[in-house]
Amino acid sequence: MRGAQKTFSEPGKPAIEVLSGVDLDVAEHEFVCLLGPSGCGKSTLLNMCAGFESIDGGTIAIDGEPVMGPDPRRVFVFQEYAIFPWMSVWDNIAFGLQGRSDAQRHEIARHYIELVGLEGFERAYPRELSGGMKQRVGVARALAVNPDILYMDEPFGALDSLTRLNLRSQLIQIWRREKKTILFVTHDIDEATQLGQRVVVMSARPARIKTIVDLSGLAYPRDIDSAEYIQARDRLFEEMGVSTRV
Amino acid sequence: MSSRWKKVIAPVAVAAVLVALWHLLTYGAANEPAIAKTRFPTPWEVVLGFKHLLTTRPGEKAPQLVSSTVASVFRVMAGFNLAMLLGIPLGLLMGWYAGTYRALNPLVQLLRPISPIAWIPIAILMFKNDEPRSIFLIFVSTIFPITTAAAAAVQNIPQVYIRSAANFGCDGWSLFKKVVLPASLPQILTGLRLALGVGWIVIVAAEMIAVRSGLGRLIQDARDATGRLDLIVATMITIGAIGIGLDALVRRLENVDQIKWGYAKRG
Repeated sequence: MRGAQKTFSEPGKPAIEVLSGVDLDVAEHEFVCLLGPSGCGKSTLLNMCAGFESIDGGTIAIDGEPVMGPDPRRVFVFQEYAIFPWMSVWDNIAFGLQGRSDAQRHEIARHYIELVGLEGFERAYPRELSGGMKQRVGVARALAVNPDILYMDEPFGALDSLTRLNLRSQLIQIWRREKKTILFVTHDIDEATQLGQRVVVMSARPARIKTIVDLSGLAYPRDIDSAEYIQARDRLFEEMGVSTRV
Repeated sequence: MSSRWKKVIAPVAVAAVLVALWHLLTYGAANEPAIAKTRFPTPWEVVLGFKHLLTTRPGEKAPQLVSSTVASVFRVMAGFNLAMLLGIPLGLLMGWYAGTYRALNPLVQLLRPISPIAWIPIAILMFKNDEPRSIFLIFVSTIFPITTAAAAAVQNIPQVYIRSAANFGCDGWSLFKKVVLPASLPQILTGLRLALGVGWIVIVAAEMIAVRSGLGRLIQDARDATGRLDLIVATMITIGAIGIGLDALVRRLENVDQIKWGYAKRG
């Protein structure tokens, strides 16, 4: 991948205009957060990037190739636990590895189970896991097929704040190690400040890009007590039109 | 007191009180010859009725109650299995392909509310022998709930499962086997339980009217030939007990790991 290009614009559906003319370029190995108010259409944009929803105008292209449908080279991690409850942790993580030899499947599944720290839970079923563990299975299942891009749609939204913080730092470690491009949708300003190299701030529906905040100056792992961090966060609060005082 | 004990003690106590009450209400009339034929039997007389049904073997090797039970259970199982064989695939197709659903659902919904009892005259006219007659009746009374449950199960599969599977390049037969079928199994199983319950209710009615053997026939014979309420009540209790057994058989499947998730208490 040589600088993925996504340009999207939509002249508007007859009923509701969800996204109006979004232009965005994302580079290889970049971590980009899409930040916007709930229901603004950022999830829709992500679903279109993944090929789950059709594009009504404009184009979304990856390596110059327009997105035509879902593809294992770009894997989606859903907010709802989309891991399969009828499969064990092991089978979930190995789900995308059909067509490979048993030995290969075994080796890859083993590697990602360790990466997300789920050793000992291989034979467990999702209902026996906590929310955070389920989402780690989701991330491992996505990584197992070695995709170029991860689309993450508020993946930690349903978790408690401690687990969320924990998983974010794990995600940063994984991203740096596995060198994926990540497009991460969130409505949480702190989450965007902690994760993104760039934060794309989106307006309320119909979603447009309000501004793009470059946070590549903040080194990982980010110190959430540092002055630079707080400055960056306050900038996002301001862009979102929210007060920093409660 | 262990929790296991607690589970048992309440229903046992209720049963004991009810049997005692039953005894008190029926015992007084037990020695009145004038109403001997029509009075309700005492609990003990029902126990003797059981004994009678378990010892009389009219021209058969097995006792009456056993052979009748076997006949009824066999018919329900045969009709129910045929209904599953056709109803589950049909329902899955209807759930997956909107066109199939549009084409077939009105017909299924038209036939579904017709009481299975209404099919009895048709069964009598169409089939001469007891077995095909009763199996046909069980088939028509169970296939519609099974088909409807299977169709709804597929339609209710959360979109994220289908999208996830598609994301990993899973399609066609593999999508069906690994995602669509397992995702709909819990709801299908609930439909099967309902259908089997209906089938067990219908078989008794069918045998009373249209068939010459089975538990329904045993009740009818006790009324027509011997006029013995004790035998009727004993047979009814047997019907209830077998019904519990059939339901428990299907419920055991709910504990299979691949299905259990569908029944876990929702957070």
